[in-house]
Amino acid sequence: MEARIKLENVSFTYEEAEEPALKNVSLQIMPGEFVAVLGHNGSGKSTLAKLLNALFIPTEGTVTVCGMDTKIEEKTLPVRQRAGMIFQNPDNQIVSSIVKEDVAFGLENMGIPTEEMLPRIESALSAVHMNEFADKAPHMLSGGQKQRVAIAGVLAMEPDVIIADESTAMLDPSGRKEVLDTVRRLNRQKGITVVWITHFMEEAAQADRVVVVSDGQVVRDGKPQQVFEEIDTMRQLHLNVPHMTELAHQLREAGMPLPHGILTVEEMAEEVMKLLCPSK
Amino acid sequence: MPIEVKNLTHTYSAGSAFQATAIRNVNLTIEEGEFIAVIGHTGSGKSTLVQHLNGLLKPTEGQILVDGEDLNGEKVDRRRIRQKVGLVFQYPEYQLFEETVAKDIAFGPKNQGLSADEIDSRVHKAMEQVHLDYAKYAERSPFELSGGQMRRVAIAGVLAMQPKVLILDEPTAGLDPQGRDRILGMVKELHQAGDTTVVMVSHSMDDVARLATRLVVMSRGELVATGTPREIFKQVKMMESIGLGVPEAAKLCNMLRQRGVQLPDDLYQMEEARDAILARWKEVR
Repeated sequence: MEARIKLENVSFTYEEAEEPALKNVSLQIMPGEFVAVLGHNGSGKSTLAKLLNALFIPTEGTVTVCGMDTKIEEKTLPVRQRAGMIFQNPDNQIVSSIVKEDVAFGLENMGIPTEEMLPRIESALSAVHMNEFADKAPHMLSGGQKQRVAIAGVLAMEPDVIIADESTAMLDPSGRKEVLDTVRRLNRQKGITVVWITHFMEEAAQADRVVVVSDGQVVRDGKPQQVFEEIDTMRQLHLNVPHMTELAHQLREAGMPLPHGILTVEEMAEEVMKLLCPSK
Repeated sequence: MPIEVKNLTHTYSAGSAFQATAIRNVNLTIEEGEFIAVIGHTGSGKSTLVQHLNGLLKPTEGQILVDGEDLNGEKVDRRRIRQKVGLVFQYPEYQLFEETVAKDIAFGPKNQGLSADEIDSRVHKAMEQVHLDYAKYAERSPFELSGGQMRRVAIAGVLAMQPKVLILDEPTAGLDPQGRDRILGMVKELHQAGDTTVVMVSHSMDDVARLATRLVVMSRGELVATGTPREIFKQVKMMESIGLGVPEAAKLCNMLRQRGVQLPDDLYQMEEARDAILARWKEVR
């Protein structure tokens, strides 16, 4: 199977910057994967995201998205259609005064005929459970709802990849859950590949794979159970681990033979019960 | 300097088609030295409530008494009261505007008409309180700094007014884990130093569990519960019914209790949960 996204020895230096923001990064993301990218501010993770849909072109190396080299100018638009991006601020990415027109924006730019646009908009809005808001004004929506409209705008383009650059950072816990659940579902049901950039460890814990970026390089890449087990490394990288991973670690230090790889409260309760009530 | 909120109701755009009552009949007394966390869903009225505490919003009904004085009374010097109650907005870094960090922090004290020496000493102190090295940052443009640093400059600007009560509306929103820890550590130090009452709006149950001395729970514009974190977080059902949940440690202990493990019903801190689980395990081993 060919990788959906392939970075080969990619470096990127901002104009007038002395140091590259990304240094010689190689990475492959396969179709259908849900990959979380972690890293503190300034680690290079947003730079990485912008390289994935041709907002940035690598200074060195090659980024290939759905088989297309992002360096080739004619590929810029096709790359952005195949790999849609959702940004951090819900208010900065809404352009129209009616929800369905906002979803139509990208399709209009692609020159899709009106009769084809309507069913696409409908199906995109229903995929994010927002069809009842089709004729509403976006400014009346909550942050989580606005982000779901932004996702619908991306979905209408029928992408293979969704890149979310801290798309939950400005939302409250229920808005965060609403947006992450929506994208997780699209990943499972439609097989859309997801690159999920986040500061929230609990969100990364739900990914198939976690990539940790620090100082412009990929320093860890593995299943969340493996990556979060390295508590000291994560701390040194100014990141956290999920609360339950930390608690499991402390309980093991105190002698309780809990297995590695615990991420959630449910998993923790399960394992603790096995030790406290071995007969059950 | 206590703040009393009496029968407070606030209706936005009263009399228009967009009329919406954001908070309804809220009663609350904030005592000197408390660290209060205001928690609730988006739209529950948290921000509306705290924006009344320094007179930024006027009650539609009810009163705010600061040190016994009605903040919206006729002959009250609101400016003087506002200096005592400092409010840090959501995303306060968007309001930075000066050429240098020092000038931005000095803006409030300057408007107060303080002497140059006093302003200078306040800027030094405020920067120290937010852990920004004066020699390194004072003369830099605030716009060259990282998001977390910019936010600390904005908070220093409020601290330079030397408020008795510091109100922070979601001070960690949008920051990375290190930025979040820095801000919360700093707020904790300020409170522990003893002369600042803190009111913090937050979405993180785990953060407020570690920091607050009292929680104020808002839901649909009403104050539905108030008490110590221990009192509030044992009400798992109530907290879940208003969509807030409890810290993970409390959730875990509750789950284990439901499955028959004997644990106290009011644990909410990670260390407590750890020790209680270990104690049980040593018994069965």
